[in-house]
Amino acid sequence: MNNILELHNLKKYYATQKAVDDISFSINRGSIFGLLGPNGAGKTTLLRMITGIFFPDSGNIIFDGKEFDPLNDIIKIGYMPEERGLYKKMKIGEQALYLAQLKGLSRSEAMEKIKFWFKRLEMESWWNKKVEDLSKGMSQKLQFVITVLHEPKLIILDEPFSGLDPLNANLIKDEIYGLAQRGCTVIFSTHRMEQVEEICDHIILMNLGQKVLDGTVSDIKQQFKENKFSIKLSEIPADIAGASFTVTDQKANALTVKIKEGFKSNDVLQYFLHQNLTVESFNEILPSLNDIFINLVEGTRAKTRAFQSSEA
Amino acid sequence: MNKILLVARREFLSRVQKKTFLLTTIGLPLIIFIFYAAIIYFQVKSTGNYRVAVADNAHIFNGKIDAKNDEIVFQFITADTAQLQKKLEANEYDGYLVVPASFSIGGKDSLMFRSAKATGLMTREKIEDRINKALEEKKLLGLNVSKAQLDSLQDQKELIKFSSASGKDENNAKVGISYAVGMISGFLIYIILFIYGTMVMRGVMEEKVSRIAEVIISSVKPFQLMMGKITGIGAVGLIQFLIWIVLVFGLQFLLPLIFPNLMGHAQHVPIQPAGMQAAHAVQNSGVMEKLSLGLSEVNFPLITGCFIFYFLGGYFLYSSLFAAVGSAVNEDPQDAQSLLFPIMMPIIFAMVIMTKAVNDPNSPLAVFGSIFPLTSPIVMMARIAHGVPEGVTYFQLALSMVLLVLGFLATTWLAGKIYRVGILMYGKKPSWKEMFKWAFRKN
Repeated sequence: MNNILELHNLKKYYATQKAVDDISFSINRGSIFGLLGPNGAGKTTLLRMITGIFFPDSGNIIFDGKEFDPLNDIIKIGYMPEERGLYKKMKIGEQALYLAQLKGLSRSEAMEKIKFWFKRLEMESWWNKKVEDLSKGMSQKLQFVITVLHEPKLIILDEPFSGLDPLNANLIKDEIYGLAQRGCTVIFSTHRMEQVEEICDHIILMNLGQKVLDGTVSDIKQQFKENKFSIKLSEIPADIAGASFTVTDQKANALTVKIKEGFKSNDVLQYFLHQNLTVESFNEILPSLNDIFINLVEGTRAKTRAFQSSEA
Repeated sequence: MNKILLVARREFLSRVQKKTFLLTTIGLPLIIFIFYAAIIYFQVKSTGNYRVAVADNAHIFNGKIDAKNDEIVFQFITADTAQLQKKLEANEYDGYLVVPASFSIGGKDSLMFRSAKATGLMTREKIEDRINKALEEKKLLGLNVSKAQLDSLQDQKELIKFSSASGKDENNAKVGISYAVGMISGFLIYIILFIYGTMVMRGVMEEKVSRIAEVIISSVKPFQLMMGKITGIGAVGLIQFLIWIVLVFGLQFLLPLIFPNLMGHAQHVPIQPAGMQAAHAVQNSGVMEKLSLGLSEVNFPLITGCFIFYFLGGYFLYSSLFAAVGSAVNEDPQDAQSLLFPIMMPIIFAMVIMTKAVNDPNSPLAVFGSIFPLTSPIVMMARIAHGVPEGVTYFQLALSMVLLVLGFLATTWLAGKIYRVGILMYGKKPSWKEMFKWAFRKN
C-alpha cells in the first residue's frame, strides 16, 4: 500500500496512432516523479487519463489503493496542464475561490486556504487585480497556487517552470519539495532534463507511447554509465599507455579514460601511482539524463503533435 | 449537479456584475420611457390646436366643418385674401382656406390653403380629410340623400361578426392584437436565440482561447461545464427580460404620476403605450373600447407561460449547438461563421414560417413549423397568440412541447459529445464531418 498510483497496461489508441501503448508503472507515496519524453510521446494523453479527462481504452488505474474513480477522486488530484490559462477579466481572488470550489472545497475552507497560500507566496496584494494585469511569471505562480490549494494527495505539474525567472522557479521548487515532505506525491512532466535530475527521485521515459526507461535517477545513470573517469594530474607525461584503460580525451593536465572490460577503477589509479604521477582528482563520469534521453530518443522518429491528425 | 450550479453561478454573476449589463438592462427601458415621455410632452405642450381661418365665399360649408375631437379648429370669417394674409402674419391663425365665390360642389375647382409655416404631413392629411368629408356630405345631400340615411350609412361599420367554433367573439381588434402579440413574441424569441446563443458561443471560445478549459475540465466534467455555462447565461437572459418587462410596464404606469395634468390631454395622443391603453381603456371612442375588449380576450397568462417555456426550450436547444461550435473553433471568429451557418438556417427558416403563421395559424406549414423542434419556439408563439384552441389545438401544443424537450435532450447530448473533444483540441478548424465523428465515437 505504499503506492499512491499504479498503472496497469494502460492503452489509448487514436485512429492514426497509439498515443499510449501498454504502459505500466507505479509511483511511491511522497515521491517526486518525473515523466519524461519528447514532444508527442503521449505524456499529455497519459496525464489526461490519470486526471480522469480521458478514459483509457484498456488497462486500469489504481489510485490510493482503489480503482480510480474520476468523479470522487478528482478532489485528491491537482493538475496543472501544459495548456494553462485563467479567466482574464476575473479578479484573482474570486478566480482562486471559484476554482477551489469547483474542486469541492466549501467556500470558507477555500477562503482560508487561499489566504494561507497568498500570504506564503506574497501574493496578498493581488486579490483585486485581474489576470490580464499580471505578468506571465505572476500568473504562473497563481496557477501553481490554484493547483495545490486543496492539498491534493497527487499533484501533477506539466512543465511547471516554463516562463518563470530563476527566483520564482526556485520559490516554486522549494514549494514542491515542501509538498513532498508533507506527504504529497508530485508527478512532474517535462523535457527539461537538468530540472529532472535535480528534483526527481524516480523517472520514466516515454517515447512513441511506450515506456523506455523506468527507475531512480541514480540507478538509470549507473545503468547507462560507460566506465569513464576523469583524472587530473599535476603533469602529463608524453606517453600514457596502460593495459587497463584507453585515453579518450586529453585537455591540459586532465584526462578522460575509459576502463577496459575486466578492470576496475583501482587498476587505473594503480597505474598512475606506479608512474609516480600526482593524482589531483579522480572522478567517475556518469552520463547526464540529457545524454541518455537523446541517445534513446534519437532515431526513433518521434512524432510531434504537428503531424498528428486533428483527432486527439 | 452541484458543480453545474457553481459554474452557472459564475457565468451569471460575471455577466450581471458587468457595467454593460446594467447599462443595457436598466438603460434600454429608460430610453424607451424617456422617448415616450418626450413624445407625449411635446404633443401636449404644443397645445395642439391648429387654427385655420376659412373664408367661405361660396357658402358651401354653412359655417361649419365637423372637426371632431381634433386639434384642428376651423373658424369662419369673412375677409379677403389680403386681410387673411395679414392675420396669418400676425399669427392669429396657422393657416387659411379660401373658397372662391365661383366654387361649386360638383365642379372641378380646387380650394386654396395657405399656411404660415410648412404644414406637417399628419396635419395636412387631417385638414384634407375633414374638408373632404364635409364636401362629400354636401355632395350626397345634393343627390337627395337624406340626413338620416347618411347617418345610418356612417354608423354601419361592422356588417359581419366573425366568431370561432367555440362561439368566442373574434372582432377585428382581437385579431389585430393577436397578430401583433404573435409577431412580437416570435420575433423576441428569434432575437433571444441569436443574442444568447452567440453569447454562449463566445463564452466557450473565451475559455478555449484563454486555455483555462483544461484547468477546469480537470475538476468538472466537460458536460457539467457546458451545462453550467448554458444555464448561467440562460438565467441572465431570463432576468434581463423580466427586468425589461417590469420596467417598461412600471415606467408607463408612472407616466401619469410624473405628468399629473397630462392625462386629460394624453388620451387624445394617438401614439399611446400599450400599458396605458390597458389601464385606461375608458375611452368613449369605439375603437378604444374594442381594443380593450380585444386585449381582454387575448389570453395573456397563457401566452406569457408559453413564451417562457418556448424561450427556455428554444434557448437550451440551440445554445448547446452554439456551445459545440464554440468548442470546435479557435481564435479566429471567421471559422465560427461558417460552422454557424447550418445552425442559423433553421432559425431563419422559422422566422419566415412565423410571418406566415401569424396570418394563418392553421396552415399546414404553420402546423409543421410549430411542431418541429428546431422551428417550434418561434412559430408556435405566432399560433398561440391566436388562442387555444382557435390558433392551435391542445394536442398540437402538447406534442410540440414534448418534441421540444426531446429535441433539447438530443441536441444537448450531441453537443456535449462534440464539446468534450473540441474544448481540448487546438489546431486547425474541424469540418462538420469530423465533428460528427466526434459525436458518435466512444469516450
